[in-house]
Amino acid sequence: MGSLRKMSFDAVIVGGGGSGMRAALQLAQSGYKTAVITKVFPTRSHTVSAQGGITCAIASDDPNDQWQWHMYDTIKGSDYIGDQEAIEYMCQTGPEAIFELEHMGLPFSRTQEGRIYQRPFGGQSKDYGAGGQAARTCAAADRTGHALLHTLYQGNLKNKTVFLNEWFAVDIVKNADGAVVGVVAIDIETGETVFVESKATVFATGGAGRIYASTTNAHICTGDGVGMALRAGFPVQDIEMWQFHPTGIHGAGTLVTEGCRGEGGYLINKDGERFMERYAPNAKDLAGRDVVARSMVLEILEGRGCGPDGDHVYLKLDHLGEEMLNAKLPGILELSRTFAHADPVKEPIPVVPTCHYMMGGIPTNVDGQALTIDREGNDQVIDGFYACGEAACVSVHGANRLGGNSLLDLVVFGRASGIFIEKQLSEGIALKEATEEDIQRALVGLNRINQSADGENAAVLRAELQTIMQNYFGVFRRGDYMKKGVEKLDELRVRVENVYLDDKSNAFNTARLEALELQNLFETAYATAISAEGRTESRGAHAREDFQERDDKNWLCHSVYFPKSKKIGKRPVNFTLKTREPFEPKIRTY
Amino acid sequence: MLNVSIYRYNPEVDAEPYMQDFEFDTQGKDLMVLDVLEKLKIQDPSLVFRRSCREGVCGSDGVNISGKNGLACITPLSECVKGDKLVVRPLPGLPVIRDLVIDMSQFYAQYEKIQPYMINNSPPPAIERLQSPEERKKLDGLYECILCACCSTACPSFWWNPEKFIGPSGLLQAYRFLADSRDTATEERLANLDDPFSVFRCHGIMNCVQVCPKGLNPTKAIGHIRNMLIRGTA
Repeated sequence: MGSLRKMSFDAVIVGGGGSGMRAALQLAQSGYKTAVITKVFPTRSHTVSAQGGITCAIASDDPNDQWQWHMYDTIKGSDYIGDQEAIEYMCQTGPEAIFELEHMGLPFSRTQEGRIYQRPFGGQSKDYGAGGQAARTCAAADRTGHALLHTLYQGNLKNKTVFLNEWFAVDIVKNADGAVVGVVAIDIETGETVFVESKATVFATGGAGRIYASTTNAHICTGDGVGMALRAGFPVQDIEMWQFHPTGIHGAGTLVTEGCRGEGGYLINKDGERFMERYAPNAKDLAGRDVVARSMVLEILEGRGCGPDGDHVYLKLDHLGEEMLNAKLPGILELSRTFAHADPVKEPIPVVPTCHYMMGGIPTNVDGQALTIDREGNDQVIDGFYACGEAACVSVHGANRLGGNSLLDLVVFGRASGIFIEKQLSEGIALKEATEEDIQRALVGLNRINQSADGENAAVLRAELQTIMQNYFGVFRRGDYMKKGVEKLDELRVRVENVYLDDKSNAFNTARLEALELQNLFETAYATAISAEGRTESRGAHAREDFQERDDKNWLCHSVYFPKSKKIGKRPVNFTLKTREPFEPKIRTY
Repeated sequence: MLNVSIYRYNPEVDAEPYMQDFEFDTQGKDLMVLDVLEKLKIQDPSLVFRRSCREGVCGSDGVNISGKNGLACITPLSECVKGDKLVVRPLPGLPVIRDLVIDMSQFYAQYEKIQPYMINNSPPPAIERLQSPEERKKLDGLYECILCACCSTACPSFWWNPEKFIGPSGLLQAYRFLADSRDTATEERLANLDDPFSVFRCHGIMNCVQVCPKGLNPTKAIGHIRNMLIRGTA
């Protein structure tokens, strides 16, 4: 194979969602030659699906609101493994970042005073939990993600960012010094493979909800950045921490509010049994989300799931009566009719615990610099490599993310990465050299797929992977199940590596992309599996039946998964605040 | 059994496009058109279409479904199957790259032409620029556009003049900024649109309104721009 065409930039951002476009904007504004590689047209990125809003203490709803209260809520919500320095930075810088978006034209909803409208969300308090519910989530109706993403795209158009739209980043190009020099990417329309070289490579590749069978995430959320980082030998952090919701519509993954059960709805198995009475005799269907989700998975694993594949349960609402449902849950009626093809007035809604958000990711500092850990256990900056948004783990969400904090994370740290790279470029960082061998190494996976002569279809393997993750690494976890899950993944790995691409044509070949995405899904899933099995405690979203308590003595730390050894290590949580004493871990109750 | 007829064209293999028929078992379910496409792609991985959010907000999967433009992910079979036949073609009027994927460059170029970003050169305040709820309400029905191109590719005026007529989607966005109390470039924006083609090629056919998957009304927005232009030049 001859040399690839080469393109060269000051900064390359992989991913055209909220964090990527915020980072790109920062760099394009200061005149640096910046490109965004994005596998979909930017406004198709998953940020577009965010609804409720962006949490930030801009003191509109309450003129006395303080960012320090938001910081406290976020640290508590993280179950104390969020890095306090990063959370402090996010909450303190947030208002500035929000006002910039408004000045850029983001059509926020408004108060009578003409300020940005804020609504209450879960986990929000005033006065460090002592002052009751706060309303801190800035909203553009229930389309905040759409408004945010379009505004950022518009800002980038204004500042002449180069967009490589519908380009797919295949793998990291790393040189002999271990520095990241750029990526190899495919122009999807033509199929041409190009070496995109850069002084700074930023991964803003989003989440990977598609490792699970049921997810609220878009089809495109396939963990491409995490997959590429792992293949390059870089670690990921807290990747066992996945946020779930008990009732997503089976198949579609669309969320069904907990309010259905609040209004008297309940879950049944294939025998029509109200099974929650067995698991939680008092609270029944209104037990904690983790308890309900765990009970649902047990029913499925024990063969009492519903449907031809026995892979979901039912949420029954019809006994509440049409009038009541129309009055109290009209949105759910519409969603269920549209996406479950079930009319809740007459029949139950098929539901399954639904994956929603990846708290873990590529470890970074507050400047977006990606980190690895050396033999002595010290953080080492990876030269030329940055990450932000859901792909990164900076870590502001720890073991559990608060609603509205994902949009703030991506804006604040997309911006922070941009600012830091801008500074580095102005000080004059040199383009690092990559040899032909370095580039060829990044092509190994792609070449294998292009030369495949037999093997299995990517869609079949993907479905198998998603079922394993759903059944063995779901909302509730148990050591023996997870061991079995890891064994199944070990078996699957060979088949995934041997995926067969029948269609070798070049123009807009999405079958090739799906084969590549499958590799990324698999790496993310495998890291999740090993890390989940390794963390022998329950904390935040990681709920283990065999280790039900939080174990601060052993696990008040990040997990770090190393792809070469396929083992996890530990990394200390940051407890250093610039503005006050750190928040000490307490028992988390609401 | 559903008969699904899909437009196929791979420039590397096919001399010309053709319609390929698939037999599809819906198992009695009222699936979305996107579900059908996804399942057919498992059978035939060479079938190509765009998709992302699968819930009607990203605008990736605009296609022509049994004669009407719409999003595959929120169009149920019950709304589009005639007899037992479903016909899926790419959005009309723009070049086809492969199968259901069109080249949207002209559509995006028209969007970029209207300067789709806030222009206000006065120094911003330390907080947000204030905007009353009434002023903000003027943006409803405008900012929600998802750039799916269902409207512009249903518009005969856009088919005729895709280089000169902005088209319903771009004009809806043009009005989104004209209507924003925070934007100060009204005159500049109107001057950019003041020619025989950019706006005035709209003949009020209203195909755009009929097909918009978000229930938006570009024709109405174009009417407002027209009035502003006429008033401005009077």
